[in-house]
Parts: sequence; C-alpha cells; structure tokens
Amino acid sequence: MNFSISDEQTMLADSISRCIDSDYDFDTRQKIVASDDGYSRDMWKTFAELGWTAVPFAETDGGLDGGPIEMMLIMEQFGRGLVVEPYLANIILAGGVLKRLATPAQREQWLAPLIVGELQAALAFAEPQSRFSPNNVQTTATESGDAYILNGKKTFVLNGGNADVLIIPARTSGSSTETAGISLFCIAADTPGISRQRYPTVDGSQAADIALVDVNVSSDSLLGNANDGYPILQTVVDEATLAVCAEAMGVMQTLQDKTVEYTKNRVQFGVPISSFQALQHRMVDTLMICEQSRSLLYWSVMLNNSSDPKAAKAISALKYQIGTAGIKLAEEAVQLHGGMGMTWEMDIGHYFKRMTAINILFGNADHHLDRYISYGQS
Amino acid sequence: MNIDLIPEELEFRDEVRGFLADDYPEDIRRKRDQGVALTRDDTVRWHKALYKRGWFAVEWPVEYGGTGWTPVQKYLFANELAEANAPLVVPFGVKMVAPIIYTFGNDAQKSRFLPDILASNVWWCQGYSEPGSGSDLASLKTKADFDGSDYIVNGTKTWTTLGQHADWIFCLVRTKSDVARRQEGISFLLIDMKTPGVTVNPIITIEGGHEVNEVHFDNVRVPTENLVGEEGKGWTYGKVLLQHERVNIAGVAVSQYRLNKLKTRAAESVRGADPLINNQSFARKIAALEIDLRALEYTELRTLASIATGQAPGPESSFLKIRGTEVQQAIDAMTMEAAGYYALPYVPAQYTLDFPDIDRIGEGIETRTSLQYFNNRKASIYGGSNEIQKNIIAKHVLGL
Repeated sequence: MNFSISDEQTMLADSISRCIDSDYDFDTRQKIVASDDGYSRDMWKTFAELGWTAVPFAETDGGLDGGPIEMMLIMEQFGRGLVVEPYLANIILAGGVLKRLATPAQREQWLAPLIVGELQAALAFAEPQSRFSPNNVQTTATESGDAYILNGKKTFVLNGGNADVLIIPARTSGSSTETAGISLFCIAADTPGISRQRYPTVDGSQAADIALVDVNVSSDSLLGNANDGYPILQTVVDEATLAVCAEAMGVMQTLQDKTVEYTKNRVQFGVPISSFQALQHRMVDTLMICEQSRSLLYWSVMLNNSSDPKAAKAISALKYQIGTAGIKLAEEAVQLHGGMGMTWEMDIGHYFKRMTAINILFGNADHHLDRYISYGQS
Repeated sequence: MNIDLIPEELEFRDEVRGFLADDYPEDIRRKRDQGVALTRDDTVRWHKALYKRGWFAVEWPVEYGGTGWTPVQKYLFANELAEANAPLVVPFGVKMVAPIIYTFGNDAQKSRFLPDILASNVWWCQGYSEPGSGSDLASLKTKADFDGSDYIVNGTKTWTTLGQHADWIFCLVRTKSDVARRQEGISFLLIDMKTPGVTVNPIITIEGGHEVNEVHFDNVRVPTENLVGEEGKGWTYGKVLLQHERVNIAGVAVSQYRLNKLKTRAAESVRGADPLINNQSFARKIAALEIDLRALEYTELRTLASIATGQAPGPESSFLKIRGTEVQQAIDAMTMEAAGYYALPYVPAQYTLDFPDIDRIGEGIETRTSLQYFNNRKASIYGGSNEIQKNIIAKHVLGL
C-alpha cells in the first residue's frame, strides 16, 4: 500500500496545472462561459494536442492507457481552474461507453475522432422522471426491420447542444425501471426527429433537453447487444461520479485556500478578520473537511484502480462525503467572504455554484448514502 | 498509488495474528470481552508479552529497542490488535515520556530509564494539568526551587490518569517565575512517586470509575539528575510530547472494531425485536459514521506516511485528535442508543468475573454502554481540548 504517484503522473498533473495558471484565469473562463458555444474550441484543441483527451483510452485505440489515478489528477486541476470545456461529457461519459462497446467500425467512426478532439459527443443519462437512477428509462426503441424507431425525452444532457453525436439509452424491453432491456444507441445529433433545447446551467456548463419523435436509426448505431446496455451505462456513470468528486476536490481546496487568504487581508475593527476565533475555528473545520474528503478520494480511487469488489460502494461513500462536506465548505467560503462572496464579479460564488452542481450530478448526498447502504455490510 | 498489500505486508499481518493467537493471555482476553476492568498486573503482563516479541515500543528508534516498522506495518499491527480486542498499551511510559528522554535526555538518563520502560518494570504517569491550569497549561504553578543541591517541589497536579498505579511521574514545573513569557522558566522533571511528600488522591468521574487522580507535592526533594534537558526548556519538550500523544489518541483501529460490533448487534433480532438496522434513520446514521471513520483511517495513513518521510508529527496531528475523538464519541452514543432502556441500569458490579449470570441485567455489556458514553466524554477534553487543537491548527497550519 502506498500513496505516492509516479513521475509520469506528476508530469501530467503539472502540465495541466501550468496550462490553467497561464491560459485559464478567471476572466478568460468567464468570457468562455459567455460565448455562444459555452466552451472554447481553441482550448479544446489544445487539450487534444497535449494528449489529455486521449488519457483514459487504450493504446490500441490511440489512447494513453490512463486509469482512475490519472483521471483524478486531471479532474482535480480542472476543478481548480473551473474548467468548462466538456471533458466529462466527451471523454469520460461518451468515451467511456464507446471504448467499452463500440465495434471496430464504430470505433473508426466515432471513438477515433473523439480521442483527437474532432468530434463532440454526449451521453443522455437522465430523463425527466428518472432523477438519479440511470436504469429509469422510458424512452423506447422499437425494432422495425433493420432499424429502430426511438421515442422519448432526455434531460440534462451535458454537452447535448454542441454534440455531433448522442448516445441514447432506450428501452427495447422491460418495464420503466428494470435494469434489463436497456439498449444504447449512438446517433448523429441531426437525425430527423431529434429536437434539442440547449441551456446554460448555474455553474457555467452547457446542457440540453432532447426530444425524440419517431427517430429512425439503423441497427448499425446499436452499441453492444440489445437489452444489455445497463451494466455499462452504470459503470460509466460511476466513473463519471468518481471524476466529478476529484473535480470537487480541486474546487474545495481552492475555496479553502482563497478563504484563508482573504480573511488574512480583510481588515475590520482595525484588525484582520482572521484574528477572530469564531472565524478561525470555522476555517479549521473546513480544513478538516478538505483533508477528510481527500483521504476518501484517495481510498476510492485506489479501490477502483485495483478493481476491488467494493469499488462501486466506495464511490457512493465518496460522493456522499463530497456532497455534504463540499457544500458545507462552499457555503462557509461565501459566508467568510461576506458581501464580496455574493458578487458575480468574484470567483468564490462560481466555485460555490460548481460545487452545488457536482452535488446534484449523478446523485446527491442522500441518494448515495442510500445506495451505499443498499450494498449491505462489509 | 496502490491500495493492495504487498506479500511482505501480508506475511507481517500473519505474524501478528500468530502472535495474538499464541501470546495474548486468555484470561485477559476473557475480561476484555466481558467488559471487566483490567488490573495493574493484567496490563503489565500484556505489555511484557509485547516486549518479549519486540513489539512494545513500536515508535522508538531501533537503537533503543524500537521496531523500525513502515507506516503500513504500524497500521496493520494496530488493526490486528483491535480486531482481537486486545488492550491498548498504557502510553505514559512508552509513548510519552520515553520519546522525551531519548530525544532530550542525557546518556545517564537514557540508560537508567529506557530499559525499565521497555520492559514495563516501571509504571509512569503524567503531571501536566493543575487545578488552576487546564487548557491554559502555561499558567502552571507547581514550583521547583533549587536549594543548592536539589529541587524542592511544591504544588498539585491533577487528572493524573492511572496515577494510583504509578512508580514515577513526569512533570512540568516552574523553575523560574520572573520571566518575560510564561512558557519560559518551565522545566521537565522526573519524580519518583515514593519520595516523601508525594500523595495521590482519587478523583471519581461521572460514570463512577477511578481512573484519574490528584497528585500533591509537599516539599518533595528531587535530585538535579532528574531534570531532562535544559532548565527552563520544558515547555518545548512538553509540546513535542503532546504531538505524540495526539497521534495516539485518534484510535482508528479500535473505533473500527467497535463500529463492527455495533453493526453486528444492530443486525440481530434482540429479545425478539425487529433488527435495529432495519430502521432507516439508524441505518443512515451508521452508514454516515462508517464513511466518516473511513475518511479518518485514510487521513491517519496519510499522516503516518508523511511522518515516515519527515520526522516528528507536526501540528496536523491535531486533526487526528479532533476527528478521532469525535468519531469515538459518536460510536459511544450510537452503541448506547442501540441498547435502548438497557443503557440505564447502573450495576457496575456485573462487570466482575464472578458475578452470577442469573442476576445479570441485560444481555452482554448492554448496561455498560452508558458508562462508556459518560466516561469517554473526556476524550474531547483531554490531551488539549478539541477547541485548543483548533487554536493550534489555526495558528500553525493555517497561519492565522
């Protein structure tokens, strides 16, 4: 057992850290958020050129064979920089499904351009009624000769507005919450019958609601076997959950550091407010929250890295921790910044909003505590 | 980063298991499982069993009889001992005064005191707090005046844990009172409890037990050879000691053992009732506590790993003290909650070996749960209260 990271892993984290420090300051980020696409195509190109978009893929696919540890290092830096480029949607969610299920022809068509940053993709993991359960799928896919006809609604599709292709879970059999009977389709976003309503989210990301009305897709777009899509869907959502927890760690650490710094400089009653014990103890509490969360992150990442049977349970433990502790820390950060923490102009509130989104994304703290319990003892 | 144990670590774990199977005295194990308090002799026998195996002074440098273990070995050792419900080592000699002696003491002191600590031939206790000096330790008033040949010690120390068993006491005493800062003029003295003028009076705590004492010093004559390090530097030495103490009181492995016990109990049907774990709010509290404890476990491992690359534990040991005691107390409260009405009968006599089963109230150690709960409220107060720990972190970690 050891906690040290390799030289290669250190270099990866350093290269992202340098890029954020030099090219992704808060003002730049805010301009990107306000742009039409909601992300920077130039920045995305840079990510691809530096190889970051290739990290979690197999070498045979043109990837770098990275695992949970590399993902953690990347996502923590993205959290630190409040990066809005759709890494999660493209690389972890859509890429996660494609790398596991695509046939050689499908790899050629979709995975290869995705890895080099030339294709935008999205995974529609939620429906209006599904809340946080990826198995709750009411969208239907009815077989019709050599094709499928898709009908239904998807919500909160990250990167759904910009995506060239959409991965749509649809029910080919079974009732609406059954895990069996879900099939995954990868289809061009401009296929007739698809309408997309894109919207920004509170944290500066981009999502879309998607309606599918008699969308006719060829059976070539089916990923893996019909009816068997759920296990992969859940695995990919779990990976994404772990990834956003690592991102949250970057958000939390940044909020903690900025808050401590701010109180040292903010003078009231003739003294820095950091001299007040009421505030000191609150910052110590949030420091401990940070350290505890980081410990659970390492634990969970290491279990997932060694494919331990408890890996999924560990993700729920971590997401519960990040949800409760991260929100507490972020609310405290705003409080300790006082009125300034309330302003759009200052970055603190934007970190707070990203933390809020991460808590909800893929299931909030309550959801994951219940899921943790559902795994039973041991 | 890797969570898997390497073959050498697995082998080590088996060695510890073998030791516990062979050398953990059966009568002590039975007392522990039945909630019976250990005598002084029980504790010393357990210490000596560890000593014979070379595993008593885990943290000491190898040259003085320590183990030289890696952080993972220390972690595995603590886990296996906790899993066997083995007693914790009484820390005052081996974990508290010994590091001061081998770090700051002279050669004569090292050869005089360390072997007897290692072999548990001498029982030590701690003389820090005073009736008027709790959290504000630097305000201590116990005086040691030099009369030309010896120190003459006068004053009172309090909360002296297991002082009733002790042969020696290590004390912070004031050797100089006209100082610029109160932290100056404090010295670290070793005092033989048999010296004329030392008296020990029991303090009974809220659960009815006798663990702590007041120790009075009335013109106690202490030779200068018992001064550790330099006169007036005791505060610095004492602080180092407290950092050692704080790592020790997180008690992660023991908390894990207790939480597992609680989960097992909650999953059973007790006296025909629906298992408590089926109650959703109880189950959620247990799950949250388990996650909290896991976070603490890995925080401790990270701290041990960083100690292994640096030197003494720094202010971050304060985290472990705060979170460790909070988790312990949460487990106390949940364990008592699980006992329901059976937490309330006050019958300490049940926890003696010859108590007749027919007269026993409640199952197992149910009626002891409240005693543990009350007794362990001390955990967030001792070793520097958790509020003091937060002051330390604020100052030394956050730089506030």
